Amino acid sequence: MTAQAGRALQLSGVTRTYGTGSAALTVLHGIDLTVGEGEYVAVVGPSGSGKSTLLNIVGALDRPTTGRVLLAGEDLTTQSDARLSRLRGTHLGFVFQQFFLLDRRSALENVGDGLLYQGVRRAERRRRAAEALRRVGLGARLDHTPAELSGGECQRVAVARALVHRPRVLLADEPTGNLDSASGRAVLELFDLLHAEGATIVVVTHDESIAARIPRVVAMRDGRIESDLHHGAAV
Amino acid sequence: MRAGLSPADRLRLGALGLTARKGRAALSALGVAIGITAMVAVLGFSESSRADLNAQLDALGTNLLVVEPGQDLMGDDATLPETSVEMIARVPTVRSTAATYAVDATVRKSDRVPAAQTSGVVVAAAGPGLDAAVSAELRAGRWLDAATSDYPAVVLGATAARRLAIGPLDDGVRVWLDGQWFAVVGVLEPLVLAPELDAAALIGTGVAQQLYGDGDDLPPTTVYTRVDTDQVAATRALLARTANPSSPSEVRVSRPSDALEAQAAADKSLTTLTLGLGAVALLVGAVGIANVMVISVLERRREIGVRRALGATRAGIGSQFLTESVLLSLLGGLIGGALGVALTTAYAVHQDWGVVLPWQPVLAGLGCSLLVGTVVGLYPALRAASVPPTEALRSI
Ligand SMILES: Nc1ncnc2c1ncn2[C@@H]1O[C@H](COP(=O)(O)OP(=O)(O)O)[C@@H](O)[C@H]1O
Ligand SMILES: [Mg+2]
Repeated sequence: MTAQAGRALQLSGVTRTYGTGSAALTVLHGIDLTVGEGEYVAVVGPSGSGKSTLLNIVGALDRPTTGRVLLAGEDLTTQSDARLSRLRGTHLGFVFQQFFLLDRRSALENVGDGLLYQGVRRAERRRRAAEALRRVGLGARLDHTPAELSGGECQRVAVARALVHRPRVLLADEPTGNLDSASGRAVLELFDLLHAEGATIVVVTHDESIAARIPRVVAMRDGRIESDLHHGAAV
Repeated sequence: MRAGLSPADRLRLGALGLTARKGRAALSALGVAIGITAMVAVLGFSESSRADLNAQLDALGTNLLVVEPGQDLMGDDATLPETSVEMIARVPTVRSTAATYAVDATVRKSDRVPAAQTSGVVVAAAGPGLDAAVSAELRAGRWLDAATSDYPAVVLGATAARRLAIGPLDDGVRVWLDGQWFAVVGVLEPLVLAPELDAAALIGTGVAQQLYGDGDDLPPTTVYTRVDTDQVAATRALLARTANPSSPSEVRVSRPSDALEAQAAADKSLTTLTLGLGAVALLVGAVGIANVMVISVLERRREIGVRRALGATRAGIGSQFLTESVLLSLLGGLIGGALGVALTTAYAVHQDWGVVLPWQPVLAGLGCSLLVGTVVGLYPALRAASVPPTEALRSI
């Protein structure tokens, strides 16, 4: 089922150079990539090939040095910080390898923070956070802090935080990198579920077995797209 | 514009860093607390003492004018004309007059005390109504009246009574006044408006006339004048010429309540010094808060990155840290305000003053701490706001 509807993401001629002058290091070289609404994409490649850099640019956390990035038809490269922040808070959900939960705050509060910057009031945040945590199977862990949860549970809290505001696009950077295989599988099954519900998902990974179960695999090497394969039942 | 964070959410966010590191927060608020305590206490003390003085003046009245002889052109002591009391009494804005009259006499505890030893107690005759004019209060006994005025009876000022070692006024306490026993009929409390009478032994005008009058009327030493409350200044300008029309420059007119107020104002140097020390403590506290906030920003880069990813703007991050700094400083201000009020109250109770809650110093203190928190929080807030999200989330 290829998405015909719209384009969730479109990158054209995207480059990213760190530093200036003789210290300049270009880590993305003219990336062109289009991801349709509801697509599920894996980005693979060796360490240092520019996967995270690409994901940060797609996620409006970073700006390309040159090129254009469209998110739901909106050009990110010309937007103000406030507008980009709003887009992150409403259209995008992030899952990171290190979970990045806030210590000393309960699972419920961590997930509730996913709605904070949309101006959702506290009672509503708590209600929806509890609902999201139940979806990821942590309905019995609402008041636990990250220190009281296993790594797999922490990552599921992070997934709940990334989906609590129902974003169009979920971006995950090595989401299973710090997990054992069972916990990793549980997280990927959550992604499958979200994909089935229509979310657009981009997962960065260097795990071949994970990539194998994702319908589209974009392979990167040295800041370029080496291959872009649609395979499996989805093609 | 989107619906921003509610004020409650802003406060919650700002308080997050404080509740996470309570010990450090308390320590860094301490400096501000000490500074504000000093400020509130010092201002509270002077406000209470001022309120006490005002209450005293309200009770005593500020409409007392005192007319005394000054000096003549040669620099010698002048005298008031005998008619001056009468003349002053005729001024329409004068409500009452009463005078003391100098008497050339000495007083001793008994005839066995050597004549040279007068203990600095002066003898004067007190005209009718003097007690009311100077708001005299009796510690013991009674004031001179029609019955005692013509007899050898004396009322002693507080200092005079102490110097003459006059104890309780049981029957028959007497002093040896110029070769004759006088019965002590009353002892006064210290006179706030006429402290010059504290060391005086006051006798009736009748007996003074008999013993020292030489046939003439005694010249008045000091005329105590109560005037219309709203006409004090105008009346004051008239009194010298009224008392002594031929040489008004030889008359001194004063208003004792002015002197009391001036004295209260003179106590300000200590207040200023302590305020300065409070300001130094406040400055130290401010530096402490700035320091803690800069460390907090460094430690919480990860949190900054996460919040940026969740939709926080640069301004949102900045305001979170600014709120934290302001809350920290306000916490110090609140503690300092409470301590300052407690100290002021304790001091006022100890001094037997009325308790005045120092609202203005407390508000000023809170305002100061608000200002301190804002000023020192700006730089850390700017630093927090300028952390790029990708840097903050760097996975290493
Ligand atoms: N902020 C930065 N400054 C300089 N170089 C960077 C920065 N971020 C990433 N890089 C470099 O860019 C290259 C790509 O990094 P990254 O996108 O993290 O790769 P990947 O996620 O594929 O491992 C690496 O060589 C890395 O060292
Ligand atoms: Mg990476």
